[in-house]
Amino acid sequence: MSPVIPLHPVTPGCDDVPVLRERGQREVFCGLTGIIWLHRKIQDAFFLVVGSRTCAHLLQSAAGVMIFAEPRFATAIIDDRDLAGLADANDELDRVVARLLERRPDIRMLFLVGSCPSEVIKLDLQRASERLDGRFAPNVRVLSYSGSGIETTFTQGEDTCLAALVPELPQDAARASDLLIVGTLPDIVEDQFKRVFNELGLGSVSFFPPRGARALPAIRPGMHMLLAQPFLAETARLLENAGVERLSAPFPFGVEGTTEWLWAAAQTRGLSRVQFDAVVAPRRERAERALARHRETLAGRSLFFFPDSQLELPLARFLSRELGMQLIEVGTPYLHRAHMAAELALLPQGITLSEGQDVERQLDRCRAARPDIVVCGLGLANPLESEGLTTKWSIELVFSPVHGYEQAADLAELFARPLARRAALAA
Amino acid sequence: MQLSLWTYEGPPHVGAMRVATAMKGLHYVLHAPQGDTYADLLFTMIERLPSRPPVTYTTFQARDLGKDTAEIFQSAAREAYERFKPQALIVGASCTAELIQDDPGGLAAALELPIPVVPLELPSYQRKEHWGASETFYQLVRHLAVPMARTERPSCNLLGPTALGFRHRDDLREVRQIMALLGIEVNVVAPLGATPNDLTRLGAAHFNVVLYPETAQAAASWMQRSLRQPFTRTVPIGVRGTEAFIREVAELAGVDPAPALEAGSRASWYSRSVDSTYLTGKRVFIFGDATHAVAAARVASAEMGFEVVGLGTYNREFARDVREAAKLYGIEPLITDDYLEVEAQVAALQPELVLGTQMERHIAKRLGVPCAVISAPVHVQDFPARHSPQMGFEGANVLFDTWVQPLMMGLEEHLLTMFREDFEFHEGAAASHLGRTAPMVPREAIEAAAPMAPVAAQPVADQPVLQAASPMTSQATAPHATASQAVTHSQNAGASQPGAMQTSPAVQPPGHASVRPASEAGIVVATWAAEAEAELKKIPFFVRGKARRNTERFASERGVALITVETLYDAKSHFGR
Repeated sequence: MSPVIPLHPVTPGCDDVPVLRERGQREVFCGLTGIIWLHRKIQDAFFLVVGSRTCAHLLQSAAGVMIFAEPRFATAIIDDRDLAGLADANDELDRVVARLLERRPDIRMLFLVGSCPSEVIKLDLQRASERLDGRFAPNVRVLSYSGSGIETTFTQGEDTCLAALVPELPQDAARASDLLIVGTLPDIVEDQFKRVFNELGLGSVSFFPPRGARALPAIRPGMHMLLAQPFLAETARLLENAGVERLSAPFPFGVEGTTEWLWAAAQTRGLSRVQFDAVVAPRRERAERALARHRETLAGRSLFFFPDSQLELPLARFLSRELGMQLIEVGTPYLHRAHMAAELALLPQGITLSEGQDVERQLDRCRAARPDIVVCGLGLANPLESEGLTTKWSIELVFSPVHGYEQAADLAELFARPLARRAALAA
Repeated sequence: MQLSLWTYEGPPHVGAMRVATAMKGLHYVLHAPQGDTYADLLFTMIERLPSRPPVTYTTFQARDLGKDTAEIFQSAAREAYERFKPQALIVGASCTAELIQDDPGGLAAALELPIPVVPLELPSYQRKEHWGASETFYQLVRHLAVPMARTERPSCNLLGPTALGFRHRDDLREVRQIMALLGIEVNVVAPLGATPNDLTRLGAAHFNVVLYPETAQAAASWMQRSLRQPFTRTVPIGVRGTEAFIREVAELAGVDPAPALEAGSRASWYSRSVDSTYLTGKRVFIFGDATHAVAAARVASAEMGFEVVGLGTYNREFARDVREAAKLYGIEPLITDDYLEVEAQVAALQPELVLGTQMERHIAKRLGVPCAVISAPVHVQDFPARHSPQMGFEGANVLFDTWVQPLMMGLEEHLLTMFREDFEFHEGAAASHLGRTAPMVPREAIEAAAPMAPVAAQPVADQPVLQAASPMTSQATAPHATASQAVTHSQNAGASQPGAMQTSPAVQPPGHASVRPASEAGIVVATWAAEAEAELKKIPFFVRGKARRNTERFASERGVALITVETLYDAKSHFGR
């Protein structure tokens, strides 16, 4: 692997590779799971799932949290009285929301989050949120989105949440920045990117979602956006409808992805490659030095992705191009060809791309391939470990700071650690 | 519609999964939307089981609704049968599938599979996890067990242990040992480790042992009626519980109880050892599933010499047992699945020890009260690598160790009473034998934590964002969360602790101090004279809250408006200890 990463690949990518589409049991989270990080990002927002005991149980189990302090999410559990029509579900919801807001006077934004049961019984949360917004605004804004498993898969819950926020963004040419970064990033990563953009002379940057419900970024036609996360199809579509122009780039994972992503922004200001390199080179080199340590462990190792977060393609690109790993199968719950165009162009040929899932068949393929490392959800990880395979639980990839130059090595380490651990225990 | 922040129990289909996962050769086809597969991780991550639960989910999506969800179910059931070749199938729906009314039972029957197919009706909008486990086990037994000749030698079935049970694995070893000492054969253990074929042999046992009534009582009652098998009513938790259990079992089997009774327990002696004197009258609050809560109350009161000041359960199906038990201690039982209510009662009662579930562990941590876990819902910590039963004589030893360990030790407590606080030993410091952090919340703050007060915003922001959320890291976040909580809960928020997040004005709770527990509403609280307040500070911190409360109660009952040093000692003499 050459120390200098070519910015424009000469080898043909796999953008026309056939995709294996499967329909069977999908071993994935629903969109409600996004609440676990969204409530930590927007710290004065509260997420009220309108659903069943299963939804409440999912949140506390998937979050593993049982966090002691009262969480900024809760479930309004529908019971048989609501279903039998003995109680008017909307009155009940109003009562629950009033009680909640009384308990939590610090809340500035309340999301009513739709679930499988609320959608099947056609409880109109959009209307409910408008009604409640009329009652509690401007103190508390009330919005709604769907996190249901029948509509959304895992990270798509963030997409539907942000999509619900797009109409709330002020359309204000004077206040809007030049560049909008879209997708939840840990605060520390946001700050790192801000510094780079500043040094590139792109100081006019805003981030969406914001850290507080009252700090929604303004938008204007002609402003640019860069997607920081690969799962924001609907949010991006709505922003594009509002005239915001999406910059096509790989996602900022690894040195190459981060460089290309920043370069896409730099070009909008007419920066030359030399000017650009002058700013990013020290960071890029630092990241490459840190990555080199992990290449030893990872190069040549084979990798199998089960579908989970839609981060799979960008991560596969990073692991294959910067760490020399061999991709066997890259599964994704949903393949957005436009947003993935730059990624597909960089992926090596000869890999299996799969979309959707039939978990039993995929497990058969995985066992037959005996990859060195399997990226999968928590339900599959220990069972595969007990069969002698090494796994990386994918949820950590969503819950850890992994974007940008400074985290490139941390991201590689997440894959190196299970291998190092297995080696250590075997010794 | 019920507002729920945390739940003690999952939905009933999770109870069915606990039975299916405990068994071998059984498969569960669950009509459920995408996302419900999260339940797998309960077993693979919390219990760390090395294989997937034997569950096939249909994972239908919105686009399937109104078209072919029934067909999806049938092909899932057919494929599950062909792939896993189970001895029997259970089929049912999760909450969402229940609404679309596809009738999994009928659809599965239409497949005419060559194995027993047991349909489950688990009403998700009325019932919960324990009920779901009980109903599933009952249906399996009803469909599979048949009358048959008894074994020659006395024998029993051990009923109730499931996957994701609180120490079921270890309890089973203890109970098996008791049976071995008594010369009673164990015919079938179920659900844990049993196959559907094993369930067909249940009728050969002379009687049934119900270890966990929450899951096994319904099935045992049916077997009593249909197979004429009596079943045990005593749960072998604690020394006396174990002795009573041994006698009950010996009588049912017609054998001599002596060989099993001889084993005895070290806990009985430890409890009599003079250093245990300090345990006398410790005020304990108990909450959990009915079986463990009632047993814990009995052990706390009769075997540890504690005073039971609170007793409750989240399990409404077994509320009656808890009500009966509460009468023994002259207290009002707390029957609720609302953890905020439990927290309010812990705050109001100011116990010196909480015996509860993982939820109460968090409540206790927040309030700075020692706590031990006695019941499900479980956490990864409740599956220790070592043998750690709750039942039998060894279980009694475990209870002694687990409950006493979080408390201040005997002589330490005396020294504290004698010399009050010093710079190294004070309420902010942990007991010397504990390697963990001290109670973070000043006692005064506990007194102020009124049941109906609005709570502070969740202050966990000093962790890197997005990092705190995986099942394995929840422990790591605890000190931060608690420390921060202490600040927001403290009346003297100025004394902030290192590592606690800065609380923005927007999330500052409206003064806790002004809000009193609902039970005291309408009562004028006397004010404290400065010298009385100073005297109160000289009382050891772990009883100070109680002293304050008693004095205020004493004052208000007598219409004393200003509490002086004399009032304090009048109250002390009135209430005694």
